[in-house]
Amino acid sequence: MDATVDGMRSGSAEPISKAKGTGRIADPIFVTLLWASGIFVLILLGLIIAELFKGGLPALQHFGLDFIWSSAWNPVTENFGALVMIYGTLFSAIIAVIVALPLSFGIAFFLTEIAPQPLKRPVGVAVQLLAAVPSIIYGMWGFFVVVPLIAAYVQPPLIDLFGDLPVIGALFAGPPLGSGMLTAGLILAVMILPFITAMFVETLESVPPMLKESAYGIGATTYEVYKNVSVPYGKTAMVGAIMLGLGRALGETMAVTFVIGNATRLSASLFAPGATIASTIANEFPEAPIGSLKLTSLLQLGFILFVISFIVLALSRALVRSRLD
Amino acid sequence: MKLTTALGVIAVAGSLFAGSAQAVDFTGAGASFPAPVYQSWGAKFKEKTGATLNYQSIGSGGGQNQIINRTVDFGASDATVPGEKLAANNLLQFPTVIGSVVATVNLDGVTTNQLKLTGPVLADIYLGKITKWNDKAIADLNPGVTLPSNAIVPVYRSDSSGTTAIFTSYLSAVSPDWKSKVGSATSVQWPTGAGAKGNEGVTGTVKNTKGGIGYVEFIYAAANKLVVTQLQNKAGKFVTPEVAGFQAAAASADWKGAKDFAASMIDAPAPEAWPIVSPTYILLPKNPTNVEASREVMKFFEWAYTKEGADIAEGLHYIPLPAAVVEQVKAAFKAEVKGPDGKPVL
Repeated sequence: MDATVDGMRSGSAEPISKAKGTGRIADPIFVTLLWASGIFVLILLGLIIAELFKGGLPALQHFGLDFIWSSAWNPVTENFGALVMIYGTLFSAIIAVIVALPLSFGIAFFLTEIAPQPLKRPVGVAVQLLAAVPSIIYGMWGFFVVVPLIAAYVQPPLIDLFGDLPVIGALFAGPPLGSGMLTAGLILAVMILPFITAMFVETLESVPPMLKESAYGIGATTYEVYKNVSVPYGKTAMVGAIMLGLGRALGETMAVTFVIGNATRLSASLFAPGATIASTIANEFPEAPIGSLKLTSLLQLGFILFVISFIVLALSRALVRSRLD
Repeated sequence: MKLTTALGVIAVAGSLFAGSAQAVDFTGAGASFPAPVYQSWGAKFKEKTGATLNYQSIGSGGGQNQIINRTVDFGASDATVPGEKLAANNLLQFPTVIGSVVATVNLDGVTTNQLKLTGPVLADIYLGKITKWNDKAIADLNPGVTLPSNAIVPVYRSDSSGTTAIFTSYLSAVSPDWKSKVGSATSVQWPTGAGAKGNEGVTGTVKNTKGGIGYVEFIYAAANKLVVTQLQNKAGKFVTPEVAGFQAAAASADWKGAKDFAASMIDAPAPEAWPIVSPTYILLPKNPTNVEASREVMKFFEWAYTKEGADIAEGLHYIPLPAAVVEQVKAAFKAEVKGPDGKPVL
């Protein structure tokens, strides 16, 4: 490659035919390498899916499709089901997106439109640094700082206020433990915030200035420009960003394990302890003997998480495509 | 192969410096509960003999997996392995030290060793049948104590652990209801409460939650000065978690009659016994492939059973084995572990 570039640069020093000669060998090698890299990802992904499926197959054969709908998780009687974990995974991830979304919108628009130059960098860097914090640190912060705060100042007033109402009351039922679905969702929100924000910023920055200037020119306010120009322009990319954040929240393990309360019971309450697929695998894996039903059930759980992530990705692609049409 | 040779050279060189010609490095993996004492023993043993113990604290299940696959020289497990499984994998099971589990609470105005609980009440709390601290069942046991009306928040280990196995076997022993509804294992389907990871997670959650109750290993409670409760033992006496009570429980167990040393000391009948006590075990191949390492493992534990080893264990709040049991284990070493030539390894 270098030879080709050098040959082209030096021009008259070497005959063109000679330079092409090296290209004739280097090019196929280069192309082969590119193919190999591309295929490598496919094979790797394929093998992971195949291994997970193979490992989890005994559980599926033993319990049938009931495995997905069963809310049991009893290591004593070896009766396993995935419903509680699937529910917990989706519930906590959706809370995370609901909390992170408005914040991300706010930060992104602030950074691109409002922030004075001296403030732009510190805020931008701070958001990026959030992404660099290891998830175990979020877990410890959640466990030692957020959980006691929520147990003392957030849950008791909410339970007093809404606990006795019909329907909504179910969302706020239970003792103020601190840990639970809501706390897990809040920690996850902070964790996915930088990813969503970064993509929002990129999208908003790619809005052609001419469009915005024209809008301002005909007398639109900042909010109107945001609502009618910037957001519609970047809508598809933004949906992609949200899905990306959702995908990250689905698989998060360590931080969630610390704050979700780890109970394999179904509950509609925001305050009830629950479990996600990833947290259950992290908790149970060390004590799952080889060849046991528990181990294959855990592998099957991993496979289900894979499928859920795949569906989320596919949905985001479909959404993006429909907007494009 | 090169790596093995290199390790061999290092081991030989190490043993030369230590002044012992036989020192071999040996590896173990498993239970995290006895890991501190195994590591302290390992350090002292290295000083004395030059042989290095490499112990990986990966959990009892992992220890069983690794010794069955023979990737380590010995496995460690808090729970006993069933006899058939031991036979199928040619393993010798023997106890090393005894540990105990205590209950810790967070209640305004309640100090350590003040609150009295019975096994059935504890089971009912974890079953979700008793939900308030001023419930009659608890108040009747504690006439002098002002109990708050807080909701009881039971806290359990979310990671599967030997501690949970010991605690749930106790609840199964004292409460037929618990036995039929939940049972005992390294992790169970808890009817109520919240889970936290590790002893530190349970402690943290109890400390954060007014009205919380949790169970932790005694060594952990002692080191962190937690507020613990009294428990009623089988003899009907309320006892505080103390070393004397653990020893009484260990001594009362039927070691002679127990196959594979699986003697139960849960809810022991001795008058002073603490009810939640259990030994932790080592799994050693009866047909070792690495004979040298296996011999070193047995020498290591023989030394650990001496006064010197027992002192280290007691310093860390573990209970050493009764002397009679030590003799039984030593006899088993000689009788059961044989090299490829059929001769005893030790």
